[in-house]
Amino acid sequence: MEINIEYIANLARLDNPSTTEEANKLRKDMTEIIGMVDKMSEVDTTGVEPTNHAAPMQNVFRKDELKPSFARDEMLANAPESVAGCYSVPSAVEDA
Amino acid sequence: MELYTKTAHELHKMLVDKDVTSVEITESFIDRINEVEPKVDAFIATTFETALETASKADEKIQKGEEISALEGLPMALKDNMSTKGVATTSASKMLENYVPPYDATVVKILKENNIPILGKTNMDEFAMGSSTETSYFKKTKNPYDLQRIPGGSSGGSAASVSANEAVFALGSDTGGSIRQPASCCGVVGLKPTYGTVSRFGLFAFASSLDQIGPFAKDVTDAANIFNLISGHDSFDSTSINMEYPDYTSSLKADVKGLKIGVPQEFLGDGINVEVKNAILKACDNYKALGAEVETFSLPLTDYFIPIYYVICCAEASSNLARYDGVKYGYRADKFSDLTDLYKKTRSQGFGAEVKRRIMLGTYVLSSGYYDAYYKKAQQMRTIIRNNFADAFKKYDLILTPTAPTTAFKMGEKIDDPVQMYLADICTVVVNIAGLPGMSMPCGVDSEGLPIGMQLIGNSFAEPTIFRAGFAFEQAGFSKIPLPTFKNGGAN
Amino acid sequence: MNYETVIGLEVHAELKTKTKIYCGCSTEFGGEVNTHTCPICVGFPGVLPVLNKQVVEYAIKAGLATNCNITPVGKQDRKNYFYPDLPKAYQTSQYDLPICVGGYVEIETEDGPKKIRLTRIHIEEDAGKLLHDFGEGTLVDYNRGGVPLIEIVSEPDLRSSQEAHTFLEQLKAILEYTDVSDCKMQEGSLRCDVNVSVRPEGATEFGIRTEMKNVNSFRAAVRAIEYESKRQIAVLENGDEVTQETRRWDEASGKSVPMRSKEDAQDYRYFPEPDLVNIVIDDEWVARVRETLPELPQARIKRYIADLGLTDYDAGLIASNKKLAVLFEETVALGAKPKAVSNWILGDVSRILNERDIELDESKLTPQALASLIELIEKGTISNNAGKKVLPDIFDGCDDVTKLVEEKGLVQISDDSALMEIVTQVLADNEKSVNDYKGGNERAIGFLVGQCMKASKGKGNPQKFNELLKQNLG
Repeated sequence: MEINIEYIANLARLDNPSTTEEANKLRKDMTEIIGMVDKMSEVDTTGVEPTNHAAPMQNVFRKDELKPSFARDEMLANAPESVAGCYSVPSAVEDA
Repeated sequence: MELYTKTAHELHKMLVDKDVTSVEITESFIDRINEVEPKVDAFIATTFETALETASKADEKIQKGEEISALEGLPMALKDNMSTKGVATTSASKMLENYVPPYDATVVKILKENNIPILGKTNMDEFAMGSSTETSYFKKTKNPYDLQRIPGGSSGGSAASVSANEAVFALGSDTGGSIRQPASCCGVVGLKPTYGTVSRFGLFAFASSLDQIGPFAKDVTDAANIFNLISGHDSFDSTSINMEYPDYTSSLKADVKGLKIGVPQEFLGDGINVEVKNAILKACDNYKALGAEVETFSLPLTDYFIPIYYVICCAEASSNLARYDGVKYGYRADKFSDLTDLYKKTRSQGFGAEVKRRIMLGTYVLSSGYYDAYYKKAQQMRTIIRNNFADAFKKYDLILTPTAPTTAFKMGEKIDDPVQMYLADICTVVVNIAGLPGMSMPCGVDSEGLPIGMQLIGNSFAEPTIFRAGFAFEQAGFSKIPLPTFKNGGAN
Repeated sequence: MNYETVIGLEVHAELKTKTKIYCGCSTEFGGEVNTHTCPICVGFPGVLPVLNKQVVEYAIKAGLATNCNITPVGKQDRKNYFYPDLPKAYQTSQYDLPICVGGYVEIETEDGPKKIRLTRIHIEEDAGKLLHDFGEGTLVDYNRGGVPLIEIVSEPDLRSSQEAHTFLEQLKAILEYTDVSDCKMQEGSLRCDVNVSVRPEGATEFGIRTEMKNVNSFRAAVRAIEYESKRQIAVLENGDEVTQETRRWDEASGKSVPMRSKEDAQDYRYFPEPDLVNIVIDDEWVARVRETLPELPQARIKRYIADLGLTDYDAGLIASNKKLAVLFEETVALGAKPKAVSNWILGDVSRILNERDIELDESKLTPQALASLIELIEKGTISNNAGKKVLPDIFDGCDDVTKLVEEKGLVQISDDSALMEIVTQVLADNEKSVNDYKGGNERAIGFLVGQCMKASKGKGNPQKFNELLKQNLG
C-alpha cells in the first residue's frame, strides 16, 4: 500500500524528511508497521461494539463550582515567547 | 549490611524502632547513587536537597512519636513523565528539556503528603515510547546486570534504579509493558495495576486508554505497600475508579493451595527464547509444588495483540502529543517562516525518530478513510479480547506468562528495527488492551546471569490474588536471583 | 433564471455555567488576558478533563426546548487540528453521539408557520481568543478556551435571509428563556456559521454549498447570506461551478473570502475521547430537566394575543425577547393595561435602549416604575409627553415616579377652578383672537389653548383648557 507520507506529515505538523535516505527509511518503516497492523483485517468484527475505554464507566462529572485560576506569570513561565500577558505566535491573521 | 540494600518494609520497621533516621537512609541512597550512577545512568536529574528536606520532615514526625505510613521517609525514584511542581519534567524529550510544571501529579501529591523523599527523576524512552530506554533524548540507561545491555523500557531508569539499589522503590508508567518488561530485565518486581486504580492526573499522556502508573519494588510486600499508597479514587481523573479500595497487604499470605493458574500455550511457542520458556515451565512446577493447579490453555488471537496495541497507542499518542507545538511551553524552533512552519520545525526538531514514527502512524490510522479499518477495528478487537479474558478468568484465578520473550538485549540491537522492538512487548500489551492488572517478578536467570521475569495476570481488581501468588512464590525462595554485578562496564 | 437560496445554520451558544467545561476556571467575560486559566484549560502535559455536569443539564434543556430527542448514551470525541487558539491541538466535541438529535424550531413566515428542523445539538469547548492588533505577530488569550458551548445545527430548511433572521431570533429567545445562554452577541457568546447554496427554482437537488465563518451578528448573517447567494448565482450564471469551501465573512467590506487556514483542515481525525467516559441520560434525568422548562416564546405569543389582547405583531416582538417579555408581564401583573404596557415597551423603552445601545438589564427600569408611570398618565396626573420626558430618569434608577413628576413640575392642573382662572385671564388678554373665533375662525381656539398652556407653565391639561374655552366662548 502506498502511504501518502507528505499528506500525513502535514496533518501531524511534521516536516517532510529532508533527505531521500530519511524519506525512504520512514516509508519503509511505516509500510512495515502498516503491513503488520493490517493483519487485523483477517478477523471478522462485524457487529462488535468497539471498546473505547479500558474501564467501563459512565457519568463522571464535576459540580459547576469555581476554583481559583493559576497566576498568569506561573502559566506563562514556560512559554517560549510571551507578550503583554499573552502567548505570542507568528501572525495567524486571515487575509481579508 | 548497607541500608540501601534493604526492602522498604525492613527500613520502615527500623524507622519505627528508631534504629535509623530517614535522613540517614536517604543519605545512604545518595551515596549509593553517587557511586553507581556513573555506570547505570538511571536518572535524568537528581533532587537530593529536597529529598533530604522531606526526610527531615519524616524524622520530625517520628521524633514526636507520631505514627508514620508504610513508606513514609523512604526515598524513591520517579519516572520523568510525572508532573513535579517546580522540578523539570521532561518525558526524556528535547521537546520538554526545560519544562518546569506548575502543578503536581496526583501520585506526586500523595508522595509529598506521606513525606516520601524523591531522589530524582528517572530516565525513560522518549514519551514512554520504546522498550529499551534508548529513545531518551538525554542518555542511555544500562542494565545493572550487564552494562552493555538495555534495562528494558520505557521505565528503564526506574527499574534500573531499584535494581541497582539507588532507590528503595520507584514509580513507572506502563502503556504496553513499560513497567513489567524493564522489571523483568532488571530483576525487580513491577506492577501494572488495573486500569483506573491509580490516578493518571499529571502523568504525561502517551496513550490515555492504556497508560497506568505502577510501582517497582524489591519484593512483593513492598509492591503491595506501594500500591496501597498510590491506588484510590481521584476526582481529577474521569477514568479513576470510585470504589472501596482494600488493604492490599492483607492479601500477603503464602498460600496458593487450590489456586488455579492458566498458562497460555501461545506464550510458550516459537517467539519465546528457550531459556525464558524453561524458566516459566519451572515456575509452573514450583507453583504446583506449592499446591496450585497449573494447566496450559489456548488464548486466542495472540497474533493480533501487537497490531491492535500499536494502532490504539499510536492513534491516541498522535492526538496527545499534538499539544507540543511550541506555543505554550517546551521547545520552540529558532527559525521559521510562518505559523505552520513554526509548528513543523518545532515538532520535527523537538521529537525523536520513534516518537515521530508513532505520531505518523497514529495520524495515518485516524485519517480520513482509514478510521474504520484501523482504529475502530482495533477497538472492536479489544472487545473480543476482553471477552476472551473474561472467559479465561471463569476457569483460572491467574494467568502466568513470560514477561518478555527474551532477557535484556544488547544496546543498539533493535533500535533500527521498529517491528522487532515492538515484539519485545508481545507478552505484555494485551494486559493494557484489556485493562487488567499484571505483575512481573523474577523467576530465575539465564546462562549469562540475566534476570528472567514471569508475569502474573489477574482479572480486573484481582491485585490481591496477584500479590498472594507472588508472595507465596517469593516466600518459597523461587524468585531469589543473584544481585546485579555491573559487569561489562567501560566497554561502551 | 430564478434561483432559490438554501441555508443551514450552525449556531454556537456559550452556556451560562459559572465554570469552564472541564476545569474550575471562571467563564466570566472581560477578565484580564490569561487570568482565567489553569494547566487543565491550557492543556499542560499530564492534565485530564472532568466534565461539568451543568453543561449536560443545559444541553438537555436546550434540546427539550427545541423538540429534540435526548441521546441515551452519548460520548465525547476529539476533533484534531492545529491552531494557536486550541491549546491541546484538539477540540473536545461530540461526533456521532451528540446529546440531542432531531428537533425543530417553529418560525413565523409570510406563508404562515414553518418548522425548521434541527439535525443535532452537541456540547463542546470554546477556543481561546487571538489578538491581532499588536504589531507583527498574534497574541493568544486562553480565558475563553474551555468555556462550554452548545452547537445547534439546523437542516438546510431556510430559504431566505429573512427566514434565517427569524430563526436566529427565535432560537435566541428560546436559549434566553431556558436560561442556558446569555446570548450576548457583542461578547461573542452567540455566534454562527452559515451554510449557503443556491439552486434553480424548482430543482430538487441541493447546489454545492459554502460555509461562512466569523458571522458575529444577526445583521451580519443576513448580509452574508445575501452576499453569498448573489456571488454563487453570479458564478453559476457565468457557467462556472461553486467551489465547496470554508469562507470568512468580513463585515467591514461586506464580502466573504476563502479561508486559507481551513484548506487542509477537513481531515479532523475524530476519535472517542479516551479521557472522558460515556454520558448516560436516562428518562428520569430527562423528566427532571423537562420540569424546569419555562413557557417558551411560541406559547407566550399565543397567550399574549388570546388573553392579553395584543396584536400578533406586538406579541411576537415582545415574546421573542425574554427581557422585554419579563418586563411586560411583571408590569401587567401590577395592574397596568397590557396594550399600554406593550406600547411603552415597543415605543419609548425600545427607543431609549437603542439610543443607549444597551440591553434592558443594563438599565434600572423596573416594572413598578413603569406601572406607576402608566397609571399617572391614565389618571391624567401627567400628560403622555410628560411621561416620555421622565422615562430617561426612570432608566437611570429613579424609582418614585410620583415624586419625580412633582419635582419636575410635570403634574397637570386638573382642578377646574384653578384652570378657569387662567381661562378667564387669557380670554381677557386676547380680545382679537376671541373675536376671530366668534367670527368663525375655529383655528383661533388653538392659539388660545396655547396661551392657556403657557400661562399654566405647561401644567394644565390641554384637553380641559379646550373644553373650558369652548364653554366660555359658547
